[in-house]
Amino acid sequence: MILAFFALSGLTVASALLVFVARNLLHALAFLVLSFLGMAGLFLTLSADFIGVAQVLIYAGSISVLMVFAVMLTPLASRNNGSTLYVIPAMLAAGGLASLIGFVAIDTEWDERKGEALGVSDFTTTVAGIGDLLLGRYLLAFEVASVLLLFALLGAIVLVQERRRAGEEA
Amino acid sequence: MPPIPAIEDLSITLAHYLGLAGTVFAIGTVIALSKRNAVAVLMGVELMLNAVNLTVLAFSRFSAAFEEGGSAPLEGHVFVVFVLTVAAAEAAVALAMAVLVYRRRETVDLDRFNLMRG
Repeated sequence: MILAFFALSGLTVASALLVFVARNLLHALAFLVLSFLGMAGLFLTLSADFIGVAQVLIYAGSISVLMVFAVMLTPLASRNNGSTLYVIPAMLAAGGLASLIGFVAIDTEWDERKGEALGVSDFTTTVAGIGDLLLGRYLLAFEVASVLLLFALLGAIVLVQERRRAGEEA
Repeated sequence: MPPIPAIEDLSITLAHYLGLAGTVFAIGTVIALSKRNAVAVLMGVELMLNAVNLTVLAFSRFSAAFEEGGSAPLEGHVFVVFVLTVAAAEAAVALAMAVLVYRRRETVDLDRFNLMRG
């Protein structure tokens, strides 16, 4: 458990850093996929089996493929993964943010489950419970999310379709 | 200074996960604020969303209400499902906009986006 946590967190943080330092945009994208996979493993150590699999499918699968499409559909644009002049203020702000989060995380007395909380013996699958909640208490939010996905689909199609002028041959 | 615990006594607590999520969130912030390419900025945003999902799942797992034998609090998991949905929709629309701006300007460099200047 300890070994899994530290190996997966090392993988996630190292590939997230490589997303920042990679020179080529496509290499950065590959490291981003690696970081998503490490994050999926961390979700599994939190016994979130459904979310871990959904992470692999949605993030590492479809969102990264969408990003590859966006890079490939802009062939004349620069493949350079360069930074703007804001990199120093951004690093300062993010460093302050990370130290604030770390300080609060360590300093607070969390009312957390201790001891054998992470034993595997009492693990049951979360899929049935998530399904019950989605189609029960959160049914309205579920429907709104499906409408949101439909409109995002329509919006993406309408935005990128080629508009032909009236006199032009199809 | 407290004594350093032996490796057998070391256990992963909520603070470990929160610190890790804070680190990934900070890296995502730097990428989203400082990258020049629109797709790279979107990568930073996705890393930040991932870090937040990790926090929610960690709070769900280490919650004091976590019972033995199945009746786990799964509200956090449901929330993460919605975050995944919104992230997918956002990525689709944002990348469509990047392609659209590329058609007009032949670049996805955010420094050169000034289409809304009056």
